[in-house]
Amino acid sequence: MNNHLYDRYQRQILLKEFGTEAQAKLFNAKVLVIGAGGLGCPALQYLAAAGVGTIGIVDFDLIELSNLQRQTLYNTNDIGKHKTTVSAERINAFNPSIHIQTHTIQLNNTNAYNLIYNYDIVIDGTDNFSTKYLINDVCTILQKPLIYGAILRFEGQVSVFNLPNKQNICTNYRDLFATPPLPNNVPTCNEAGVIGVLPGIIGTMQAAEAIKIITNIGEPLCNKILSYNVLNNKSYLFDILPITHHSNNFPTTKTEIENFNYDWHCGLNDTVTEIEFYEFEELRKNEEIKIIDVREEGEIPKVEAFSCINIPLSNFVNKIQNIELTNRVVVFCQHGKRSIKAAQILKAKYNHLNIVSLKGGIVEWEKQFNDSIY
Amino acid sequence: MQINVLAFGQIAEAMNGESFTFSNINTTNDLIDYLMQQYASLKTLDYKIAVNKQIIHSNMPLNNHDTVALLPPFSGG
Repeated sequence: MNNHLYDRYQRQILLKEFGTEAQAKLFNAKVLVIGAGGLGCPALQYLAAAGVGTIGIVDFDLIELSNLQRQTLYNTNDIGKHKTTVSAERINAFNPSIHIQTHTIQLNNTNAYNLIYNYDIVIDGTDNFSTKYLINDVCTILQKPLIYGAILRFEGQVSVFNLPNKQNICTNYRDLFATPPLPNNVPTCNEAGVIGVLPGIIGTMQAAEAIKIITNIGEPLCNKILSYNVLNNKSYLFDILPITHHSNNFPTTKTEIENFNYDWHCGLNDTVTEIEFYEFEELRKNEEIKIIDVREEGEIPKVEAFSCINIPLSNFVNKIQNIELTNRVVVFCQHGKRSIKAAQILKAKYNHLNIVSLKGGIVEWEKQFNDSIY
Repeated sequence: MQINVLAFGQIAEAMNGESFTFSNINTTNDLIDYLMQQYASLKTLDYKIAVNKQIIHSNMPLNNHDTVALLPPFSGG
């Protein structure tokens, strides 16, 4: 190790549990951070600062004003840019001696396996159950340590899956929550809010678990899930044991993953019809349709190509009480997940109406719309 | 016989508190039945039950001073 690198990591190399040997392990490690949001930002910062040699970043979102309250790698000038590009730029500035790979894609059942395969450890910084279960199942098949994190309002959860303890006992998310909750039973941060420092704490804990696993120091949170409350500083450690006989079906091979519908598994499009870009364009041309944007105020991209009304999902149930709907309704959100929830709510109230959700949301629509005019 | 109950996340919200003590409850199923009577909104929530920190997946007898914790799933990131 040259003097320059020694100086950079001197404070941690000094630790007797660490030394140059642990530093070399960090340099040889490959960590994939899925989601460069509230959890991903602090995790990326500390992994890069600590000298993890290869860091992968997966995200397909653009930076929005409402992200800046907690996604601390980004600033006001970054709004509208890709999270992968900006986060890679920032952590490269922290530590130019590491290798950063960006994956500006939406992780799904056809690309997850091959992507995760190339890394040693995965950090889950995603914000929905479909992706969380997908990552869990892929990491379980590949036996890759998965550092799980999740947050809501003032509380966070951290755990390490697929890492055997000394007794060789190994658990994953399905040993805790074998099946996903119904979509309306768990609010998202979009709807219920989150205090900005919370993902900072939980994402930093995820980075700490990754560093501990790579360098083989301390006791990682395997077979345990930590619950932390920022309001009273209370934490609680739960013990998880393997479920030996799962009664539910979920993928246990690469092929099964590729044939599995995670959105359906998570109850997302149970009853709602999703329409593709071209179907939506046909409807816009040929019918008087009511288009509802269910995103929260200020989310981008703004829609200028067609007229629509904005009813944020966070207050959807109350707001739709005063609305007259007679025509076919198309609901959309950013990526097509929240709009399914909104369509389910609308269907419950207006069961005689034809209510559909725009698949892939406005981000996918905009992409295809731009492709169609050039 | 006394049982301590700790609630997290949406469960604490539904029960309007984080820490409770109940008496005359002999099993985890009895406890859940009792809680659903007292807090109707629990019926639509998902959670796992831990007895003295150990996550369980089926009914368990409870002993004096056991702590039962109710952990809901979160998806935020």
